[in-house]
Amino acid sequence: MSKQTITLNVNGKSVAAEAESRELLIHVLREQLEITGPHIGCETSHCGACTVDIDGMSVKSCTVFAVQAQGKEITTIEGLGNPDKLHVLQEKFREHHGLQCGYCTPGMITRAHRLLEENPNPTEEDVRFGIAGNLCRCTGYQNIVKAVLAAAEELKQGENVA
Amino acid sequence: MSATAESVQDRKAALKGLGTSRKRVEDARFTQGKGNYVDDIKLPGMLFGDFVRSQHAHARVKSIDTSKAMELPGVVAVLTAADLEPLNLHWMPTLAGDKQMVLADGKVLFQGQEVAFVVAEDRYIAADAVDLVKVDYEELPVLVDPFKAELSDAPILREDIKDETEGAHGARRHPNHIFTWEQGDQAATEAIMKEAPVVAEEMVYYHRTHPCPMETCGSVASMDKVNGKLTLWGTFQAPHVVRTVASLLSGIAEHNIRVVSPDIGGGFGNKVGVYPGYVCSIVASIVTGVPVKWVEDRMENLSATAFARDYHMNGKIAATEDGKILGLWCHTTADHGAFDACADPTKYPAGFMNICTGSYDIPTAYLAVDGIYTNKAPGGVAYRCSFRVTEAAYFIERMIEVLAIKLNMDAAELRAKNFIRKEQFPYQSALGWEYDSGDYHTAWNKALEAVDYKGLRAEQAQQVNDFKAGKTRKLMGIGLCHFTEIVGAGPVKNCDILGMGMFDSCEIRIHPTGSALARLGTISQGQGHATTFAQILATEIGISADEITIEEGDTDTAPYGLGTYGSRSTPVAGAATAMAGRKIRAKAQMIAAYLLEVHDNDIEWEVDRFVVKGAPERFKTMKEIAFASYNQAIPGVEPGLEAVSYYDPPNMTYPFGAYICVMDIDVDTGVSDVRKFYALDDCGTRINPMIIEGQVHGGLTEALAIAMGQEIAYDELGNVKTGTLMDFFIPTSWETPNYQTDFTETPSPHHPIGAKGVGESPNVGGVPAFSNAINDAFRAFGLTHTNMPHDHWRVWKTANDLGLHG
Amino acid sequence: MITGNFEYHQPSSLPEAVALLSKLGDDARVIAGGHSLIPSMKLRLAMPEHLIDLQGIGELKNIQISGGEVRIGAMTTQAELIASEALYKSAPIIRETALQIADPQVRYMGTIGGNVANGDPGNDMPALMQCLDANFVLQGPDGERVVKAREFYEAAYFTARDDLEILSEIRFSECSGGFAYGKQKRKIGDYATAAAAVLLTKDGNNCSHASIALTNLADTPLYCEEASAMLQNGGVNDENIAAAVTSAMAQIEPVDDNRGPAEFKKHAASIVLASAIRDAWARA
Repeated sequence: MSKQTITLNVNGKSVAAEAESRELLIHVLREQLEITGPHIGCETSHCGACTVDIDGMSVKSCTVFAVQAQGKEITTIEGLGNPDKLHVLQEKFREHHGLQCGYCTPGMITRAHRLLEENPNPTEEDVRFGIAGNLCRCTGYQNIVKAVLAAAEELKQGENVA
Repeated sequence: MSATAESVQDRKAALKGLGTSRKRVEDARFTQGKGNYVDDIKLPGMLFGDFVRSQHAHARVKSIDTSKAMELPGVVAVLTAADLEPLNLHWMPTLAGDKQMVLADGKVLFQGQEVAFVVAEDRYIAADAVDLVKVDYEELPVLVDPFKAELSDAPILREDIKDETEGAHGARRHPNHIFTWEQGDQAATEAIMKEAPVVAEEMVYYHRTHPCPMETCGSVASMDKVNGKLTLWGTFQAPHVVRTVASLLSGIAEHNIRVVSPDIGGGFGNKVGVYPGYVCSIVASIVTGVPVKWVEDRMENLSATAFARDYHMNGKIAATEDGKILGLWCHTTADHGAFDACADPTKYPAGFMNICTGSYDIPTAYLAVDGIYTNKAPGGVAYRCSFRVTEAAYFIERMIEVLAIKLNMDAAELRAKNFIRKEQFPYQSALGWEYDSGDYHTAWNKALEAVDYKGLRAEQAQQVNDFKAGKTRKLMGIGLCHFTEIVGAGPVKNCDILGMGMFDSCEIRIHPTGSALARLGTISQGQGHATTFAQILATEIGISADEITIEEGDTDTAPYGLGTYGSRSTPVAGAATAMAGRKIRAKAQMIAAYLLEVHDNDIEWEVDRFVVKGAPERFKTMKEIAFASYNQAIPGVEPGLEAVSYYDPPNMTYPFGAYICVMDIDVDTGVSDVRKFYALDDCGTRINPMIIEGQVHGGLTEALAIAMGQEIAYDELGNVKTGTLMDFFIPTSWETPNYQTDFTETPSPHHPIGAKGVGESPNVGGVPAFSNAINDAFRAFGLTHTNMPHDHWRVWKTANDLGLHG
Repeated sequence: MITGNFEYHQPSSLPEAVALLSKLGDDARVIAGGHSLIPSMKLRLAMPEHLIDLQGIGELKNIQISGGEVRIGAMTTQAELIASEALYKSAPIIRETALQIADPQVRYMGTIGGNVANGDPGNDMPALMQCLDANFVLQGPDGERVVKAREFYEAAYFTARDDLEILSEIRFSECSGGFAYGKQKRKIGDYATAAAAVLLTKDGNNCSHASIALTNLADTPLYCEEASAMLQNGGVNDENIAAAVTSAMAQIEPVDDNRGPAEFKKHAASIVLASAIRDAWARA
């Protein structure tokens, strides 16, 4: 089956990839575009390790063909912050020990980012419900929830100052 | 002088050493998506391997036709057992002294078994080629029930060893029987069971489950034919052992093999063993001359790589009428699947199951374990526990509850009555262990008070009355557990894997400017070694943890070690780190004395410096000493500041804890909710409280999963029924409760810093706590014991069997 | 887990999509959110040669409410259903149900059309549509036809939709009164062990309208006509709830699976339904 050119906007940059129709977005990101933050955990859309943001939605990129993402804006963990300026969530996950092996972390933070964009004042229950599409085997979630709530708090304060 | 006192405190704090909740140095890369896991590795020209797997649980392989697959453009090779046989790689040794097929050699013995290995330009072509390999099977009768393994009509699974009456662990009485392992005094124990005033008996089944880390297993093999060097990256919890095994298997000299464990996305025991995928990626790279990657998918992970548990534990516990335990008897039928691939020290084919006397002073005990072959995946790994310790803890903590019911006694009181007392340590157990230290009564009382145990029991009694009066359909369960673990394997005199003694190691280099690099024989899979080992060292050598780099996992640079599992990193490698640090300090003392122009004995260590006794203004800091070691010619002292320690632990360590779970159970739907979970852990000296708490949260959540639904289930044909994360239960944030953690601190007397290890305690103690809560809820209605997993329908069935549905 | 290969099509209008499907026939599958289809393609249970992606058809993504009727385009996602305040006012049971489907990521992609059209008995929307007495609009080579949700489902994965038809829209009347979608499941992301959709309208102490449907308790969703009538005619009291539950339970034929044996599901279903009826009545 012939390959086709797919253009995507990934983390603010326009990029092109050659892919068969059946190539999954996660594979194109990881293997062609060398965006290896999102991971593959289950391949059946249960674990959320592959979560990326597509046009303002949290999406499991193992269950989307790359060709379906033609022309869309994609944000991955690599686009949320950088070594000079980390995203508040990245800082809070470290501060509250919200990660251990790190494998689920990029998907988890990417999902939490969208959650806070949509709901800047979440309760603990909101956070637990909102990240339930992301499995973690290490942390028991307690510190992840704490980190997300702390990030929400800091983002709010930042807004008040501004 | 108060200023000095203050500055000592400040300097101590600046080290971020033992006892500090230091933030993790690993997190910067993980939170930014810059971890480097095996599937992130991309090498020029790299090919991708994928397995043809058996859909049958037991079948003869009549033929394998690879021709159609080979015709597919992009396919480079298809390997079968026939291709591996000339290299003698169609079978491989297991860690348990058995052997295992790398690729099906004449027959398949479990669903998901590796039959052929396709090598192609990418994973898409490989997957297509897998579908094109035609395998002709002749189905054979399937054995899934270990209790039917020795019946006259049972199929014989392992025809390769059917006539061998001696196995790696002694006599075999049947072709489907692997070993019998006995500990303790059988005659004395059985006599007690006949004569004791009270004997409680129960069959306790700890079901088959799987560690299921978020990252599956995988490897990248790269054979550099020019230099004759093989590099193997992979998900290895024990990279050095993998190098030795790879050398023995392949014939490549060990110095020509470099094994690297990059970042590992969780292990929990799943990544201890050696899998056919690793071997096939190596062979494929040797055959093709280019790097070959193999990464399994989740269904392969759950159905073919190592399972855990599957112990049928038949127990008897004897006591006086007032509840003093007299003896414990246990016979375990261990379902090992098709090959005995348990990850246990050689002399312990049932791991440390003989810790099953638990936290109790039980004078007489006997344990026998029979290992059995069935048509299931091989394994038997220690899933977030030391070898078979979770099985042992579950067994004794259920038997205590069963005995309490028989005695009509409060289960907390029964425990307290039988705990090994503080003054009895070091304590010799009836099944052969020497417990190093403990103070169980203190921990227990603290736990009971923290949850208001008496109040909970009163509330529970009221709820039972309300239930009987028809006012509620919910019951309340109080799950108690006091566990004792045995971790830190282990003393070389009795612990080895494939002949390699279970020591561990640390090598330290101090740089001229006073920062340091330390390398260890272990490998983190999320435990935060780069953070905590630097803290141990910071306290030992007076250099800030922030100035110490920890490296693990590259066999070309790290010293040999047995790896990370069984909570052994802190007890063994942590000890090696402290001991290597002390060697550094000893040399530093000589240098400091020379620089200060005093005798070695005239100076003393103070946080980060050597100070002349009685003259606090005269000192040399570790940084100054480090620099001097490189730029001064000191008589009788070699330049540089380096040390190595290979630590052979004198004993295991015995962490313990008191856990209490309060559960609300809907009798009609079988749905249960954890209302409260209190976890008190005593892991000896605490290195990093933040990390300890994180380990406890995670281990408890894995325990919750196991107790409440997580299983590898087979149907009668040997089909795996729980092969995806839809059916293999991993709780989300929504089903997971908040936990309340607490601690006592009883250092290990034989460990250099008194630490005992904690990563696995919450799983070992958590499973009985959750399960006891479910069982306890139904105690008032006549239940003695019901098996895990306690998912909705099984809890419902328990209620139904007790007549609670009217 | 790699799918077979296929040719990808992204039509920009409904007529174009219908024409493509007519032309490609059995070799083609329509993809909406893809969160059922792609996993089954990965297991190679489905190996279509052509995929017709409906995401480019703007007309399929909308929620219109007028004249007491709600019209929802097939490509409207669960997340959009949840977010719509207008829809919540007209049919709050939709949000209640959608929030119990899968997880946040899947709800951004999963569509109402995909959920009702593929005939998976585990899906939650089909029973809800039967409860609402919704109509499904199907577009085929011979034009448009409308099929009642209560007559749409034939067996697992078999529906009244012809292979050459595309489900384009869902229509139902605005509902007032009490509502509940009760679902027992093992965890977030799971299908129902048992689930029940209930709508009840209160008129004084009487029940002027009752509608009950069940999820994942047979190979199709089940509209419980007799049970609904019992509540509507006899009122909602303990006795009638028990009778309605007994009636509904006579309809179900759950199968043994990892969620438990049929015997358990029958009991759980009766509890879930009784509790949904009580919840709906309390809100009526």
